[in-house]
Amino acid sequence: MTTTSDTVALAVAPAQPSVAGQGSHPRGGMLDHALHGRFSVPLLALLILLPTIATALDEAFYIGVASRILIFALAATSLNLILGFGGLVSFGHAAFVGVGAYTVGILMQAGIASAWIAWPAAMATGALFALVIGVVSLRTKGVYFIMITLAFAQMLYYLMVSLKVYGGEDGLSLPGRSSLGLGIDLGDDANFYYVVLALAALAFVAVQRLLNARFGHALQAMRENETRMATIGFPVYRYKLVAFTLAGALAGLAGALLANQGSFVSPAMLQWSQSGMLMIMVILGGVGHLYGGVVGAAVFLLLEETLAAHTIHWQFGLGAVLLAVVLLAPNGLMRLMRRRAGR
Amino acid sequence: MTGILLLEQSLNGLQFGLMLFLLAAGLTLVFGIMDMINLAHGSLYMVGAYLIATIASASGSFWIGLGLGIACTAVIGVLLEVTVLRRLYQRDHLAQVLGTFAILLMSNEAVRMIWGAQPIQLNPPPALAGPVELLPGFSYPAFRLLIIGVGLAVAAMLYVLVTRTRVGMQVRAGASNREMALAMGTSVQSLFTVVFAFGAALCAVAGGMLGPLLAVQVGMGESILILAFVVIVIGGIGSIRGALLGALLVGVVDTGGRTLIPMLFGHLMGPAAAANAGPAVASILIYVLMAAVLFWKPQGLFPAHG
Repeated sequence: MTTTSDTVALAVAPAQPSVAGQGSHPRGGMLDHALHGRFSVPLLALLILLPTIATALDEAFYIGVASRILIFALAATSLNLILGFGGLVSFGHAAFVGVGAYTVGILMQAGIASAWIAWPAAMATGALFALVIGVVSLRTKGVYFIMITLAFAQMLYYLMVSLKVYGGEDGLSLPGRSSLGLGIDLGDDANFYYVVLALAALAFVAVQRLLNARFGHALQAMRENETRMATIGFPVYRYKLVAFTLAGALAGLAGALLANQGSFVSPAMLQWSQSGMLMIMVILGGVGHLYGGVVGAAVFLLLEETLAAHTIHWQFGLGAVLLAVVLLAPNGLMRLMRRRAGR
Repeated sequence: MTGILLLEQSLNGLQFGLMLFLLAAGLTLVFGIMDMINLAHGSLYMVGAYLIATIASASGSFWIGLGLGIACTAVIGVLLEVTVLRRLYQRDHLAQVLGTFAILLMSNEAVRMIWGAQPIQLNPPPALAGPVELLPGFSYPAFRLLIIGVGLAVAAMLYVLVTRTRVGMQVRAGASNREMALAMGTSVQSLFTVVFAFGAALCAVAGGMLGPLLAVQVGMGESILILAFVVIVIGGIGSIRGALLGALLVGVVDTGGRTLIPMLFGHLMGPAAAANAGPAVASILIYVLMAAVLFWKPQGLFPAHG
């Protein structure tokens, strides 16, 4: 890992002084991540129209698929914030998703079904767990960081397995989705889809703003050269901790939505394979690309959906595609597209 | 009574720890020398167990199955290394995770296509199926004793191989400073193929030994892979000695925890609470151990890199 980041650091070195300065460099610098309006606006329009189109084509099933993709896009984007932009390879991200999901489930079991209470509570719990885990984990580096985040996630997994009050290993079935009020029934798949879309878009724009702000620039500079950033006076540890906590909050929100979508929470949501899947999505889409998490989640889940419809051995096809991506598109699909476009 | 229970649990812990060591040894060398994260290591363990079970039932002899299965797994390991993994050495950890995860998915599915989704049976040799009386009033399954014997023998062989032979010296040189080893004329590429074949063979040994105790099924590699990673992180990446001590520590803590913690909870909080919380706390124990080791000794207990 050190060798790669060193070479990247060399390549990016000229851009660094502007980070330390007032950030007055022209738009489109190495550390800036544009929304690319000419792609994102049509995409957003398409996503808004999707339920109408799906209903017209009598394929309402795809509204649920789209909600699922958006939720995972949100979770993967939150992971990309720390993994791609902060260089923190967290192998326990599913734990924060699961913690958010369980917050919704436990509150609902206690009779609190309001989304206005449960969803912010899920974010707060995700953030709190990320803060506590981050305080310990961020003292380690590299592979050891990967393993210690995995360890904490496994602890939470076994904790939820053992809590028989909340279903233990079998998980917790929710009576329904959270209630939003305002005359919107989340039980309707299209309504739920729009709420998910709104939240995911909002979170995505927030992440984009954050990355282009001083905080985001400093975070990316720390990924490139931590020692230098520490030397010029940035509190590296605190920056990382804040980023880790923010990512935990967003993952908690994704968990709250995921619990709502299936009306079910189970320890399997926190398992290491789920963390692995989120990581795969980010790597597939492009580590450190604004759209990496979104593209990765969409491609991964659509591939899974399509292959599973054709053969029960879909995992083999999925593996083959992933392997091809690793060998042929070394920096994820986003980099591939950018390279095609002549950069 | 408690003495016998403790003795039995220590033997179980020793046996599990030694099998973990077989997996961890290959993993830590691959990690230490090539700085490569190999999530597909558990797949070799699974493939090895399946091959041994199939050949054993076809030939009617556990020993023929074991021998041929180990050889075949080593060949598969070499093929995997030469075709795919070799391309991943120079890449970052994330690409390695994605690539080897893809191999893991494919091998799981390939096994499911060939052998079906149902677990298959691997029987211990009939001569070792029964218990042996170790002490008056204490008998222990003979096959588990064989596992302990095999584990100790492999550990001793590895020790001699790593500390007393030329290849072992090159392996140690590669683990502690790869560039310097290259500069001194070690052919790291061929060395690594050898190490990888050896690691695959050790996986198959573990698969053949644990197969009769646990189920031979798809996904058996993943759960033990995570434990093997825990072992090498506790022991210090790249260190064989660390892998051995880490494996024994994890084996004893895990096995002991599963028996002693429910008993302890039973005394403190009553049987109901013990049945609920005991197994979970026991499962958490090794992760707490790893987090604690990383917190106080971030490089593991026996770091290989000077």
